[in-house]
Amino acid sequence: MPQLTFRKYLVLAGITVFSTAGDSLLARGMKGLGGASLHHLSGLLLAVLSPSVTVGIILLLAFFACYMSALSWADLTYVLPATSLAYVLVALVGHFRFHEQISPTRWLGIALITAGVGFVAAGPSVTPQRQDSLDASHSFSQEVKS
Amino acid sequence: MKEIHAWAAIGIIGLAATTGDVLLSYSMKRVGDVGELWKRRGLLTVIGRVLRTPTFALGLIAMGVTFYSLLFGLSWGNLSLVVPASASLTFVANAVAARIFLHERVGRRRWIAALLVAAGVVLMAL
Repeated sequence: MPQLTFRKYLVLAGITVFSTAGDSLLARGMKGLGGASLHHLSGLLLAVLSPSVTVGIILLLAFFACYMSALSWADLTYVLPATSLAYVLVALVGHFRFHEQISPTRWLGIALITAGVGFVAAGPSVTPQRQDSLDASHSFSQEVKS
Repeated sequence: MKEIHAWAAIGIIGLAATTGDVLLSYSMKRVGDVGELWKRRGLLTVIGRVLRTPTFALGLIAMGVTFYSLLFGLSWGNLSLVVPASASLTFVANAVAARIFLHERVGRRRWIAALLVAAGVVLMAL
C-alpha cells in the first residue's frame, strides 16, 4: 500500500485551505458589491475587478489544481471526505476570528465530520486494482520515452 | 410548489456534481500521478496531457451545470436548505458512483466516513 508522502498531505491541506479561503473571499467581494443580480451582467463583470473577488478566484484556481492533483493519486471516495474539514475550518474561523456563536448542533456536526475524516484517513488512499492499470500506463509511457 | 422546485434543484445539483467528480477523477487517473509526471516531464506536459483528456472537458461542463443549477436552486429555496442538502447528497452519491463507475474499493470504513460527513454537513447547517 503506497504511503502518502508529506507533500501529498500538503496537497490535501491545500484543497481544504484554498477552497475555504477562496469561497469566503468571493462571498465577501460579492456582498461588497451590494447584491449584484444576474440581470446586470456588467455588474458581474466589474465584480472581477474588486480585489477580494480577484484573489478569491485565484485561490479557487489553486484549489482546483490541488484537487486535480489529489485525484491523480488518490480515490475520489478518499479525497472527498478527507477534505471535508473545510466545513469545520469555516466554522472555527468564524468562531475564533469573528466571534460567531456555534450552537450545540453545529458542534455535533463538527464532531461527526471530524470523525468521518479520521475514519477515511486511517484507511488506504487508493484502490490497489487501479494501481495495476496505473503501473501499466506508466510503463507504457516509459516505453514511448525510450 | 416552490418546495418541489427546490428539491428538484437539489437532486439536479447532486447528480451534476457527482457526474463531474466521477469524470474528473476518471480523467486524472488516466493522466497518472501528476507529481511524478511533473518531475519527469515538466509542468507543461502535465497541463497538456490533462487538457487532451476528453473526459476532463466533460467533467468541467458537468461542474458548470452544477454551478448554474446551484444558482437556480438558490432562487427557489433557502441557502440553508439547498447548500447542505445538495452537499450531503453529493457525498453519498459519490460513494455509490465511485464504486460502480470507478471501481473504487468502497469498504465499510469509507461508507461510514461518507455517511458521517453527510450527516455532519446537515447538522452544521441547522
